[in-house]
Formats: sequence, C-alpha cells, structure tokens
Amino acid sequence: MINLSEIFQILPLLIIGAGILLSLVLEMYSKQSEKVLPWISVFLFIIAGIYSLFSINETRMIVFHNMLSVGGNTHVFYFIFNIGAALVCLLSIDYIKKYGTYYGEYYILVQSSVLGMMLMAGAKDLLVIFMGLEIMSVSFYVLAGLNRKRLSANEASLKYFLLGAFATGFVVYGIALIYGSAQTTSLEVITAKFSALSTNLLFIVGVLLFLVGFSFKIAAFPFHMWVPDVYQGSPTTIAGLFSTGGKAAAFSSIIITLIAIFSNSAQNVFAPYLAVIATLSMLFGSIVAIAQDNIKRMLAYSSISHAGYLTIGLAAGNQDGVAGIIFYLAAYTFMNLGAFGIVAMIEGEAESNLTISSYAGLSSRKPLLAAMLALFMFSLAGIPPFAGFFGKYYVFIAAIKSDLTWLAIVGVFSSAISVYFYLRIVVLMYFKELSSELTLFESKTGLIAVIISSILVILLGIFPGSILQLITNFM
Amino acid sequence: MLTEFGKIFVFILIAILFVVVALIAAKIIRPARPTHEKLLTYECGENPEGSPWVKFNIRFYVVALIFLIFDVEVVLLIPWALVYQDYGFTGFAVGAIFLLLLGLGMAYEWRKGDLEWDRPHPIPPVLKKSETDSNLKIPKEEIEVV
Amino acid sequence: MTEFIYLTIILPLAGFLINGIFGRKIKNACPDSIGEKVIGWIGSGVIGISFLIALFSFFETLSLPADNRQTIVNLFNWIVVGGLNVSFSYQVDQLSLVMAMIVTGVGFIIHVYSIGYMHGDKGFWRFFSYMNLFIFAMMNLVLGDNFLVLFLGWEGVGLCSYLLIGFWYDRKFEKGTTADAAKKAFIVNRIGDFGFLLGMFLIYLTFGSLNFNEVFSRAESFNIDESVFNLIALFLFIGATGKSAQIPLFVWLPDAMAGPTPVSALIHAATMVTAGVYMVARCSILFASAPAIMTVVAVIGLLTALFAATIGLVQNDIKKVLAYSTISQLGYMFLACGVGAFSAGIFHLMTHAFFKALLFLGAGSVIHAMHEEQDIQNYGGLKKYLPHTALTFLVAAFAISGIPPLSGFFSKDEILWYSFANGSFVFWLIGVLTALLTAFYMFRLYFLTFEGKYRFSSEKHPHESPKIMTVPLMVLAGLSIIGGFIGIPEIFSGEHGNQFHNWLAPIFKSAERKLITYGSHSHFEEILLMVVSVIGAAGSIYFARYIYTQKSSIAVQISKRFSKGYNLLWNKYFVDEVYDATVVNPILNTSDSFLWKIADNKIIDGVVNSTASIIDVVSQKIRKVQTGVAQFYAVVMMLGIVLALFWIIFGR
Repeated sequence: MINLSEIFQILPLLIIGAGILLSLVLEMYSKQSEKVLPWISVFLFIIAGIYSLFSINETRMIVFHNMLSVGGNTHVFYFIFNIGAALVCLLSIDYIKKYGTYYGEYYILVQSSVLGMMLMAGAKDLLVIFMGLEIMSVSFYVLAGLNRKRLSANEASLKYFLLGAFATGFVVYGIALIYGSAQTTSLEVITAKFSALSTNLLFIVGVLLFLVGFSFKIAAFPFHMWVPDVYQGSPTTIAGLFSTGGKAAAFSSIIITLIAIFSNSAQNVFAPYLAVIATLSMLFGSIVAIAQDNIKRMLAYSSISHAGYLTIGLAAGNQDGVAGIIFYLAAYTFMNLGAFGIVAMIEGEAESNLTISSYAGLSSRKPLLAAMLALFMFSLAGIPPFAGFFGKYYVFIAAIKSDLTWLAIVGVFSSAISVYFYLRIVVLMYFKELSSELTLFESKTGLIAVIISSILVILLGIFPGSILQLITNFM
Repeated sequence: MLTEFGKIFVFILIAILFVVVALIAAKIIRPARPTHEKLLTYECGENPEGSPWVKFNIRFYVVALIFLIFDVEVVLLIPWALVYQDYGFTGFAVGAIFLLLLGLGMAYEWRKGDLEWDRPHPIPPVLKKSETDSNLKIPKEEIEVV
Repeated sequence: MTEFIYLTIILPLAGFLINGIFGRKIKNACPDSIGEKVIGWIGSGVIGISFLIALFSFFETLSLPADNRQTIVNLFNWIVVGGLNVSFSYQVDQLSLVMAMIVTGVGFIIHVYSIGYMHGDKGFWRFFSYMNLFIFAMMNLVLGDNFLVLFLGWEGVGLCSYLLIGFWYDRKFEKGTTADAAKKAFIVNRIGDFGFLLGMFLIYLTFGSLNFNEVFSRAESFNIDESVFNLIALFLFIGATGKSAQIPLFVWLPDAMAGPTPVSALIHAATMVTAGVYMVARCSILFASAPAIMTVVAVIGLLTALFAATIGLVQNDIKKVLAYSTISQLGYMFLACGVGAFSAGIFHLMTHAFFKALLFLGAGSVIHAMHEEQDIQNYGGLKKYLPHTALTFLVAAFAISGIPPLSGFFSKDEILWYSFANGSFVFWLIGVLTALLTAFYMFRLYFLTFEGKYRFSSEKHPHESPKIMTVPLMVLAGLSIIGGFIGIPEIFSGEHGNQFHNWLAPIFKSAERKLITYGSHSHFEEILLMVVSVIGAAGSIYFARYIYTQKSSIAVQISKRFSKGYNLLWNKYFVDEVYDATVVNPILNTSDSFLWKIADNKIIDGVVNSTASIIDVVSQKIRKVQTGVAQFYAVVMMLGIVLALFWIIFGR
C-alpha cells in the first residue's frame, strides 16, 4: 500500500517536480516566461537545496516499498545538485541573451534533469536508478542541442545522444544480468547478499556492465570520447551542468550500488578495474589538456582527469573513500561551475573569445573576474588551502589506507602535470598584455553566481574537517 | 527443475525450431519453377522507381512519437484499471496524476503548435562550405516560423 | 562571555575585510577627512569591542575557582585525518587572557592614535586593514589551543610585520628602501620559523599530538629521554629568537623601524616581538624538562639585554634607540624565563607593552611635530612645544628605568631578584648593569629631545599633536604608572603574595615543580638588591642629566677618548657587516654563480623543460585520437568494454 505520509519525506523531489509542471503551464500561457522562468527555477532550486540541507539530520529511512532513501548523504547530494543548478540558471540568464535564442524549454529541462539526478542519488532500487538516469540523460541530450541554429550544438547533441544511448544499453543489460542472478532489483537485498553473489560470474559481469555504463556518464577513460566534443558544442552553462551535476549524480549511483563494498562487508572485486580506469583517466585528461587551445575543451579534459581522481576513491573501496568522493564532488561542483561560469561570461557572440589566449591581460580589464578565475584554477589544480586540495587529499588518503599507495602517487603525479595547464591561464591573465579585441558583456546575475561559487570554494577549503565529519556521520 | 527463465528459454527454443523446421520442410517439399513475373518485387503491382531511401517529412516523426507515448499509456493503464479499486482513493489518485501529466504534455504540444500539420513552409538552410572555416554557415533568414 | 571569545578573532578579521575591500570606496565616497574617520573608527572599533570581550572573559574567568580556569572554545575541526586532529579551537586561560587583553587593549589605544598619526596618508585604509589583520593573526597566536593554530598566527604576524614595515614602500630607508627592511625582517624571521617548525615536527613525533593540553600532560607523564626535550626546547627557542629579536637573529628589529611609528609601537614593541616570550612561557613544561636549554635561554637573554643596551647608548635616531631598548628588554624577559620565573617574564612583558608603546607613540608624536625628523641631535627643548608628549614620555622613561613605584620597577626588580635567587650573582650583576645603561640612554634620549637648547632650524615650527594622539599617550602613561601594582612582590604585599604571580601560577605549576627549587634567601637580601638597583638607576639618570643638559662636552670627550669603542657601538658591533660578509654574501655569490646559472638554469630548468616538452609532444600526439567521428568513439568504448569483460571473466 502506498502510504501518503511518505510523500512528504521526499519534499525536495516534489518541489522540483511541481516546479516542472508549473513552469510548463507558465511557458504555455505567459508571454513573460523568459523573464519569469529563470527566477522561478532559481527560487525552487534554492528552496529545495536549503531544505535538503536542513533536513539532513532527519531520520534516515527508505520509503515507497524500498524505492527511495531519505536523509543523510542523499540530502548532501540533493544540496549539491540544487545549488549547482541554481548557479547554472543564474549564469544562463545573460548567456542566453547573448545568443538571442531563447527557448522556454531551457529551464524546464534543467529542472527535469535535476529531478533525474535526485532520483539517482536517492534510489534504493536499480530500476529507480535507471529511471533517474534516463530522465537526466534525455534532458541533457536536448539541452546540449537546444541552440538548434548552431551546427556545433546539433553535432554535440547527436553525438551525445548516440553514444549515451549506447552506454545506457549497457546499464540496462547490466541491470538485467544482476536481476537474473540476484532475482531482485532492490539494492537493499543485493547489498545483503553481495558477498554470496560475488562468486557468481553472471552477477559480477552484470555489475561490471553497470559500472561501464556509468563510466560513460562520469567521463572516465576510455568512455570519455564524447566529452570534449559535447562540452565544446553545447552552451557553456549547460556544459558546466554536465560536468558537475551529471557527474555527481553518476557517482552517487555507483556509490549506492557498491555500498556493500564500502561497508567492507564484501570483497572489492572491482578494485583493479577501477584503479586502471582511474589511472588512465587522470593521466589522459591531464596530458591531453595541455595541448588544448580552446578553454572549453581544456575544461573538458580537466573534467576527465577529475573523474580519474574521484574513481580513486571508488577503487579504495572504504568509507574514507566515499566520504572523500562526496566532499570532492561538492568542491568540484562549485569550483568547476565557477570556472565554466566565468568562461560563459567572457565568451562573446558566435563562440568567440573561447581560446585560451583571449584571457591574456584579463586582470587589468576585469580584476574581480580574473581573481576569481585564478582562485578556481588554483582550486582545480589542488593547491591548498582551497577546496580542491582537500578533496584530492581525502581521496588519496583513502587510497593509501587500502594499500593502493601507487594509485595515490599516480594521482599526485597527474596533479603536478595538471598544474601546468591550470596555471597557464593564471599566468596569461596576470602577466601578459591585454588582448585588445576582447569585447566583454556585463552580467550581474552571472557575477553573483560566480561570487557564490567562489565563497563556497573558500568555505569548503576553510572548514573541510567539519564537512567531512558531517558526511562521515551518515555512513 | 526448470526455472521461470528456463521455461522462457524452452519457449524461445521451440519458437525458433518451429520456424526453422517449417522453412526447411517447405524448401524440401515445394517445387521450384521460377519465372520472370514471380521474381519481381511486387508480383501484382507496379515496378518500384528509384531508391526506397527517401526523406520523410519530419512531422511523421512527431506523430510517431505521440503514438508511442499514448501506446505506452494504454499498456500501463490496462493493468492499473484492473486493480485500482483495491487501492481505494489512493489508487485512483495515482492513475489520475499519471493521466494528468500526460495530458499536460499533450496540452503543451498542442499549445506550441507542434500538432499543426499545415504549418508555413520554412526556408531550408543553405549550407555552404566557406574557405577558411569548416563550420557551415546558416543564412540570416529566419528558419523557424511559428 | 568566555564562549564568545572567538569574536575577538573574527571581529578584527571582519575589520580587515571591510577596510581591505571597501576602504578605498569609503574614502572616495566621503568628503574630506570624514572617510578617514569612518575607516579609522571601523578599524579601532572592532579592536575596542574585542578588548571588551576579552575583559569580560577575564572577569568571568576570575570568578571561577583557581584550578578550573581553563575553557576551550571549539570553533570547528580543521583537519581530521588519521592521528592528526587539528581544530580551530581557542584556549581561554590565565596566560592567554593576559596576552589577549594586552594585544587588544594596547592595540586599541594604538589604533586610535593612528587615526591622528596617519591622517592624510594615501594608504590610510590599507594601513588600518593591515593593522586589523595583524590583530587577527596575533589573537590566533595567543588564543590557539594547539601548535598549528599558534604557528598560523606566528606566520600571520610575520606577514603583517612584513606588509607594515614596507608600508611606505616608495620611501628611502638608510642604504636601501623600506622594502629592503621589510624583506630583511621577513627573511630573518624565516630562519627562526624554520626552527619552530622543526620543533613542532619533533613534538608531533614525540607526543603524537599538537594540542597543548595533550602535549603538556604527555610531557609530564611520558618517559622521554632528556635529549629529546633538549632538542625540542632548542628548536622552539630558535623560533623565539627570530620572532623576539634575540642574539643571533636580532638584526631585523632596528631595520623594522622603517615602518610607520604606530606599527613600531604595536608590532615591534608591544605585541608581536613578545610572541617568543609567550611561546616559551606557554611551553614552560617543555623547557623546564630541558634544564640545559633553560640556561641557554637565560644566557642568551642576558647577553642580548646587555649587548643591545650598549648599542642604545650611542644611537642618534630616536626610533633606533627605542628599538635597541626593546631588544634589551626582551632579553630581560628571556632571562626571567631562563631562570624559571615565567610569570615574572610575562609580567615584564605586560608592563613593557605599556611603557614601550608609550615611548614609541611619544616618539611618533615628536616625529610628527618635527616633520619626519628623527635625529635627536636635531631636537632639543621640545618640552615647551610638546608639553603633553614630554610629560608622558618622562613617565615612560622613569618606568623603563625602574624607578619606584612605576610599573617597570616592579617587573624589572622581580626579574633581577629571580635571576639572583634562581640563577647566580653574575646574572644579577649583568642585569643591574644593563638596567643602569637603560636608565642612562633613556634619559639621554629624553634630555636631548625635550630639554636644553633648540638644535633644529628655524624653519620648523613644532606643535603639539591633536587630542586624538595625546589622549592615548595619557592613557598609556596612566597604565605605565599603575600597571605594576597588580604584581607587588611578596615582601611588600605580605600574606597575599604577588597577585599576578598567583593568577598565573596554575599555568606554570607543573614547570615549577620540575625545576630545582630555589635556595632560601632572606627578605633582607631582596630589599638590599632592590635598593642597590634603584640607587644605581637614579644615579645614572642624574648622570645623564648632568652630561646632556649641563656639560655636553663630556659626551664629546668620552667619545673621542674611547673612539674605538664608540665606533664599535656606533656601528652596532658591525653585526650587520659580519652577517653580510659571512652569511649573506657567500649565499648570494653561490646562488648567483652556481645555484642560479648552473643548478637552476641548466640542471633543474633543463629537467623541467624537457619533461614539459616531452609531455607536450605526447599530448599533441594523443589529442589526434579525438577524431570527432562518433562511430570511432563507439568503437573505443566497445573495446574498453571487451577488455573489461575479458579481465573479469578470465582474469579472476
């Protein structure tokens, strides 16, 4: 039986779900939707995000016949998704004006993608994960190509759709195999039987295929090929959402699927696979990013290498690793969104000002923007005392604790490489002559969004201990 | 003992065998006396002209999608209709919400004019390859007319 | 209020942020000097409120039973990994409260004074934001409950010191610019910091924690070899010599006078330079467990005191004299710590903060009046023009000379007494000699500046400073007079004993238990020694008066007669030159000829550059994998899946 009181346990989901319907109706009947919709979205995201944060300590429970979990780290993820999406919407207002192509579906699709992410993070059943994944992905496919007058956007959308559908196929196949071997899709049951099942080859193959499908979503090598093309072609703000919310959602699904491994009640049979994926992603991302001229492509490769760092936490397979991943995701979401936000603000009409050289001398034109971009770059490069450093630090410590010291060393090595291309931008901004042809657009809302992300990055860098403690408490 | 999947497997096996055996049996039994008329694609119609790979109007796609959605709706509604009374008002409410969502989507499409067949003809984009840039340029004219 | 003690740290930070971010805007937005007033009062106000909070916490703590006066206020956990648990928590106890009140109280007075002193400076807002930042760092230093927070504050005050010494970065200072002086201070401090860091590592290695309470209780209970304690104490003391300008790292402090005078008063006299003393007192148990290093501390302190005092005799720059006097007085404090009289050291730290801040601010007032003239040979007879400044300066000079019943008398005689009682007669003798020299050069300074004939050109029209500068002087003068009464020694106060000593006793209880107890000495001895030093000080004041107001020829004759000695003192024992020749230049030469041209340019740059170019080439090759063809991407994915499946099926 459905217990109606359970409805209120999933208030964040309801808020966003109702928001989608409301936005649809508004978009149908209101001529002012371009002015109203972004603010409604921002408002709803902030309400949902703040509510999730404050209800974090509520009794953790599983509602709707073992389908969704409530409270705890689920809400940490809700917070990350919602605040991230709110920032994306703030950034989008002026970005869309710059291209002069407004489609009402933009904000509705952002909302529905967040709904999908929240389903993924809260799921307690493989089918719910799949449903969330599809809601998120389909919204993403459309968002990537929403600007349909741009050929690059069409290309991005089509590639993302084709390859994404390909990857989703593996997820479904994996789920089918898991169901075949475990005779259930409930993660609770699977977790309980994990040790016994892990000798069943069918089950292992199923989980592996599931992981492969999600490796595509987190943009890990060798399933990363879509990333640079899609990030480059899609609107910059949306690329920011792909790389943060999308990645965080995929990681949340992997974590809740492999939860048995993290509670150390089962042997981590996937450690070698994850370690190899992590190593290749880190090194590939860092090395190829050096050769990029386009800043969006550079950030795309950086996102690949960050997927590698995050995967270290999965390979470590202990509670520290998971706590490290969640912290890292929070840090990464805000610093990467900040970086994409500034890129979106600098970007000129018709995809101009996207080369790295157009950032030369930015510090004299826009000192605040340049300072914040430098902050995000430092944080992405993992230079203390910013959030990014502590994210990497916790993940590496987790790896060392589970005897994967070599992986941590590779991680540090890759970070050292990555410093090169991150700091190149800082050097350009501060020590090079101004590039004269740069025409800049003012964006108040964008500025607010970037300032908020920089404050969050600094806060996460100052209070890493308290936040990690909070996350660990929910394990 | 066979599992539930095992039964399905046997079922599939029988299905395959049935087709294969029938085809092979037919091949063996039937006489083979081909004539020109018999080898035509449409034995009793006109000869096909040109390639069958022609462009369909994209609106068929919209229609197909809508058909799919409502098809799935029906598939979901039939089992619901069988049991909703057992769940009382809640059961009814859940079904109603589902229908409402679909209806809203339908209304959105309708309102946006995606169901109008007879829309003004857009000017197709002229794709040119410029010498410096491999990007394809789209002329200034508005493609989309609502 | 104790639980709100973190406000005393956050408020200065807020002041720093407000003035640092909006300072320029405030100044531009408001007409004339209103903007300056707003900035100045924001900067001073936050410190004033912090002082009130510290004061309330003090009274609250006072009402607690004596053994239960430690409160830990945990703000947040900072780093929690493995065994290392560092949190931003603040320890409110007797020692940190004394320090907090000195820092915020004297800090507040100096901030107010600066509103007048810095009037019209183009970097007005920058000045106040740096000053607030300094207070923020200093409060972290004194209130932190673990070594890491202390170290953060330690580095923070070093940074602020650097920023403020070089505040007038475009001005000339001696042979170079103020920026050179700032750099010197920073680099010399760095040497000390290195020692402190080593000490910290060793502490973590030995005790497995950086938390004060844990470390100190383990230092008592763990069975640790004395040599370990020796090393820890030595490293910590090296840190202290850097920050507190002791031999051999004192050379930066005289140069630090390049900064604005309030900076010299706050940072280089009253608070930051005493951080070393605070740290030694805080770690008293570690030092007490290393008797050999205690002796080192005492001897270094004593030598520094004497050494700096002799240099102070002949300097002509008003701030230089005060700088050497500061070094000398810091030497006293270390002497006190070295002989195990930690509370006497802290007591002198407090009274010194009052009168030395007053001396510096008075000097600032004179410099202000004389239009940046700092040579006392060009002063004279200023008493007539600057009556308030002259009077307060005189009070401070009496206080530092140890004339009863001013504050300096009580604190200095307590140190001298303990150096006799716990140390030896020689310690006492050198201490008294230094005290006589102190009285002499201080009054030389006073008489040359305020008494006698005018020696400045008639173009200058000295005038008394505005109220906003003289009122702080008077407040500090009041403190210099009465500040000593809280520490009246036992022989005078009878059964109550020394109040200040009693207040701090719980902090130093374990350290004092460990030290060898003093031999018994009679009250007669104590009074006798006291009388000797007071008479000596009074005598040298009279002597100074005689020389510099009546027979100035004597000074010239003596300097001619002992020209070699005079030269030696005038050139500060050539310490700077010796350091240049033995340390600085060899390093510069090596780094220029070998490290830079060969090691750095050829070897390191070569390795780095070739690595970078290899990665660059690799990167250029690999990026071609990204063809843009979606089918190819799918093939790569497929390959990955096939490999993964192969591994999982066959590789297990």
